[in-house]
Order: sequence, then structure tokens, then C-alpha cells
Amino acid sequence: MEHEFQPTPIKHKYFTPSVIFISVIALIGLVFLALRFIFGLGFVTNLNQYFPWGIWIGLDVATGVALAAGGFTTAALGHIWHRDKYEVLIRPALLTAMLGYTFVALSVVTDIGRWYYVWHPLVMWNGNSALFEVGICVMVYLSVLYIEFLPIVTERFIGRVNLPGILSGLNKIVDSILRFLDRTLNKFMFVFIIAGVVLSCLHQSSLGTLMIIAGEKMHPLWQTPVLPLLFLLSAFSVGFPMVIMESLTSSKSFGLKPEKDVLTSLSRFVGPILGIYLAAKIGDMFIRESFVYLTELTLPSIMFTIEIVLGVIIPLRMFLSASVRQSTTGLYIASMLVIFGVVFNRFNNYIIAYNPPYTETSYFPSIGEISVTIGFVALEILVYRAFVMIFPIISLPVKSALRKTKYAIKGA
Amino acid sequence: MGELNRRNFLKTLGVVGATVSGIPAKKLLAQSKSELFEDRMGVLVDTTVCIGCRRCEWACKTAHDIPAGDLESYDDESVFEKMRRPANESYTVVNRYENLSNPKSPLNVKVQCMHCDHPACVSACIVGAFSKKESGAVVWDGSMCIGCRYCMVACPFQVPTFEYEKAIQPNINKCDFCIERTKGGLLPACVEICPVEAITYGKRRNLIETAEKRIELYPDRYINKIYGFTEVGGTSWMYLANREFNELDFPKLGDKPAPGVSESIQHGIFAYFVPPIALYALLGGIMWVSKNKDSKEEGK
Repeated sequence: MEHEFQPTPIKHKYFTPSVIFISVIALIGLVFLALRFIFGLGFVTNLNQYFPWGIWIGLDVATGVALAAGGFTTAALGHIWHRDKYEVLIRPALLTAMLGYTFVALSVVTDIGRWYYVWHPLVMWNGNSALFEVGICVMVYLSVLYIEFLPIVTERFIGRVNLPGILSGLNKIVDSILRFLDRTLNKFMFVFIIAGVVLSCLHQSSLGTLMIIAGEKMHPLWQTPVLPLLFLLSAFSVGFPMVIMESLTSSKSFGLKPEKDVLTSLSRFVGPILGIYLAAKIGDMFIRESFVYLTELTLPSIMFTIEIVLGVIIPLRMFLSASVRQSTTGLYIASMLVIFGVVFNRFNNYIIAYNPPYTETSYFPSIGEISVTIGFVALEILVYRAFVMIFPIISLPVKSALRKTKYAIKGA
Repeated sequence: MGELNRRNFLKTLGVVGATVSGIPAKKLLAQSKSELFEDRMGVLVDTTVCIGCRRCEWACKTAHDIPAGDLESYDDESVFEKMRRPANESYTVVNRYENLSNPKSPLNVKVQCMHCDHPACVSACIVGAFSKKESGAVVWDGSMCIGCRYCMVACPFQVPTFEYEKAIQPNINKCDFCIERTKGGLLPACVEICPVEAITYGKRRNLIETAEKRIELYPDRYINKIYGFTEVGGTSWMYLANREFNELDFPKLGDKPAPGVSESIQHGIFAYFVPPIALYALLGGIMWVSKNKDSKEEGK
């Protein structure tokens, strides 16, 4: 490639008709969110004594964490394996992960009954609890993500600090803080980058451990002692498809040329990873002989089949095909299928598989729950859009080649 | 042995954690004290003796400051038409089932927290708000709880309930084995009020003997099974009946403690922090090697 790419804030109008539509959805979500905090969980949700966890944990948290996997997978590829070609994908993935985890944290605060005690796990430890592990790891990783994002902030504002009004007196101080941060962070960033990958591996897998303690309450198609491994592998496999999907979506949305060469090249990794995941999933099914449940036509067996066929096998076949990898549409569809597969998998594990005794009715999320979930997604898209317009996230080709970005994140 | 090591590891972890986070180590050690006491107490429920008077429900509410209404209202037998479960305002309920051998005296089954020997709620709780006491009671500490409801996901008997209608300080509710009463030498409220001695309070090991003796003496009256003796590793509350327990809505559970699998996975992944540190080192190594390779290629 002849072009030199450089992360640049995107110049574009913020409000387009679709952005206004998304804002409305976000607003509706916020209204229900307010009702939840004023009148309690029971007012807005369909949760009850039999189904303590609904889509706020099963989708917003469990799936949110999985879909933010693009952050640590691209960081590993680009920074740890030093594949510089993929540098252009790291910043968008990092931003997605940072926002994704922020919204995971917000969802946790929304779902727990005593949200003002959300800090308790920091001082009250229970090493036996898988949830404790997930909680601590997510809190630490979120901090790591913010630290990893700092160089982008310093790059954007060094020499350009211009605070309004009376705050302008602080301009100099803020600027020197940014410069100091920039100097020191560069030296230590590798510590945080490796930590980010390790922490991700830990809590991505512990998210699978979480449901094991439900024991007999969980349908045998999903209840297995290797759940942590399956969760980790599925997080690996959804990382790059998320990056591909987002890159294609944002280039479409901002009218940019898609970074097809890089994405095609990145997509080579997806097939093999999906293959390993599928092998583990099917292997586990045969060892535990849980396939017997597939012979009967029930909601779990249907959901399981959709999850595997539509979410794993078909995209696996697609990612192995060179012609699909060469085509923007092919890449987009295949990536969406993997994302759908992982969303479905988390939903199945947390909602469909959970079958408590003594239930009178089954759980179906309320309008309020669905609104908040979709509202959070909408809000995340809006913040993402704002961030790529403020900060240098998305790489654009620059004419004056050979000019390297001064403040790019470098692993070491 | 593994169990012991694990416990020691946890203690170490607790102490290290305490040092890092500045909590007095003693407090944490006291908290992780999960050894089972030989003399822990229990209750034997004989469903063939219970007459379904539901006085235990009234006594339980009264003991826990829950509006209980007058005792006469508990004579209303229409409540038996529907199966009930423990709830926020009733930590114990009695359900009625048909007695196949003697239709005239139905089986009445009192339901409450089973106070497991290896409780899933204690293992699951993110902040350690649940604990198993020396007396055998499994209790919840409201000052720690964050309301995550993982205990409800974990409990194999589906006992803890949550106050969904409260926006501030919603509680997790369940039978606390009348810990405040037994501390003072009193019987649990339900045991004390029972007019027919269908529920017997005593040392768990003595209760097992009593139960075995009853089954031996009256083989026609009972099926040969003590529910809770081995279920999920043993529970403090145990039941006798003359029908299969799953017909009385008791969950069919294995003999292994409910938290067993998840805890061993959890501790395998974190064994002395070796796996995470090893992964960190490995990734660091890869980063270093690939960087050097990179700069060499650039130098050419």
C-alpha cells in the first residue's frame, strides 16, 4: 500500500436522521432506567423469586463483555505479536472495549439491588465466588482500558488545551500534565497492554464459571465443567468479527473507504479460531453425551441448534472461503453471524438454559427491560460516534506520506 | 487433603488481600472459617406427624417482626389448594400432599432454608455476606449485600428471596434458623410452637440416629430415606416421609456439595496465582521476541 494511514478525528455532521432515531431510542431507555431507580427493580422488570437474573445480566453484562473482546484480541495481535499492519484497527477496538466495559459496569449498577454498594467487592472478598473474580477483573480491566486510552487523549490535546472562560488560566498546567503523562505512559504502556490481555482471559472464562454453580437448574446442553473454556474460546472467536463489523459500519456511516485489505487479512484468523471453538463445543457434547437432548423438539434443543448452525458452522465455512474474505458484503455477513452466535450463546446460557424448580411461569423480559437494554446499545453508539469525531481513532490515508504519528500508542 | 490445601490457600489469599486492602486480617480469617462443627445443630421434620396447623408460620413471622395476623386465621385450610414457596414475608410455609397409604391423614411438608453443610449461597456470594455458623445456621449479613441475587441463582433449593419492590435497601430474605433465639438458649420459634412435635431440634448427628431408629421401628410408616442426610453434601434440616420425596416437590439432587465444581475450577484457574502470572510472563516473552524480530527486519 502506498498510503500512510493516520488516526484522525472524523469531520462529519453529528446528527443525521438515523442518529436522531438512535437518540430517541436512547432517551426511551433512559426513562425506564430512571423508573427503575425511583421505584425499584420490580417496577420495571419481569424478574421474580424464580428468575433472579434476566437480560440485564444475560445480555447487557455477559454478552457485553464478550462483544468487547475485540479490544484485547487486537491488542494482543498488534502490540504483543507486533503485527503492525493491524495498528489501524487497534484504536477503534480499544474505544469499543472501553465503552463496552463502561456500559457493562453501568448495567451491573442498574441490575444490582443495592447499586450504591457496588464498591463493596473491592473491600469484601470472597475468593470462592466466580462472580467476585469477574467483578474484580472487570473493574481492574476497565481501569486498564482507560489508561490505554490516555495516549489518545494526550495526542489530541497536547498543545491544543483551550479551556473556556475562567478555566483558561489552567491551560498551561493541564498541558504540562498531559505532556508528563505522555512521556511516562509510553515507557510503561506494555505493562498495561499485557495486563489487559491476561485480565480479559481470566474474566472471559470466569463468566462461564458463573453459571456452573446453578447445577441441576441449568439445562444439560449448556451445563458443563468446561464452560470457562468454551466462554474463553467464544470470546476469542468474536473479537475480530466485532472489529470487522464495526470498521465496515463506521466507514459506511462516515462515507469512508473501508479498510478492506487489512480486514481481509485479519479475517484469516477467524476461521481457525471458530474451528477450535466448534471442536471444543462438539467434543464436550459427545463426552457428556448431552446430544441426546437434541433428539427431542424443545425450546432448548432448537435454541442450541440455531446457536451452533447459524452462529458457528455457517460463519466458519464462510470465513474459510477466500472469496467471502475478499468481499465486503461477505465479510460483513459472516462477522454478523459470529456476533449473533455469541449473543445467542450467552443468552442461551443465562436465560434459556436456566430452568429453576417450582416456577409457575417462564421469564420473558418486560418492555422496560428491553428498552433499557436497547437504550444502552443506542447510547453506546452515540458516544462512540462522538468520540471518533473528537479523538483521533479512525485511521485515514494522509497525502504527506512517511509522517509517522507522534503520539501513537506503542506497545513498548 | 485438596480441601485442606484449598482452605489454607484461601486463608493466605485472605490475609494477603487484607494486607493490600488494609482490612484487619483477623476479621477476614474469622469470616473464612467454614469448618463444620461436629456439634452443629439441625432439625428433623417428620412429615407424617405434622398436622398442617401452620402455627410454625405464625411463630416464624412473629419472631422475625413480620406482621403475622391472628393465630386463628391460620386455621384456614384453603391455602393448601396451591403450592406455596418461602417468600419475603414468610420464611417458612407448609404445603399439603395426599397420603397414599392413609388418605385421612395427609402429608404436610414444612418448607424453609435447608441450611446446607456446604451452602451454594455462601460460596457464590460476591462479598461474602452469607456465612455458615457454628450452630449450623446459614445467615445473611445485610450490611454487606449488594443485591446481586447470585445466591438465588446458586441455591439448589431455591430458597432466598429478594425484595424487588424496594428501590432502597432491598433485602435478601430467608430462614435464619432463629439465630438470635438459639444464641440465647431458646428453641427456633417454629420448633417451640409445634403442638405435635413434628419438628425436632437437636445435634445433627443425634437427629440422624433418631431418624434411622424411627425408620427401623416403623418400616410401614416411612420410606427408607432421610432427605437432607446426603443431599448436596448434607443439610441441617432433614425430612422423613412415606412418599418419594420428589413427589413432595423436593428437588432431586446429588450427594456432591453444590459449590464443589465451581470452586475447584475457580481455584484451578487461580492456583496460587501461578496460571495468571505464567500467562503474563508468556505474553511478555512473545512481545519481547516479536519486537526484536521486528526491529531487525526494519534494520535490514
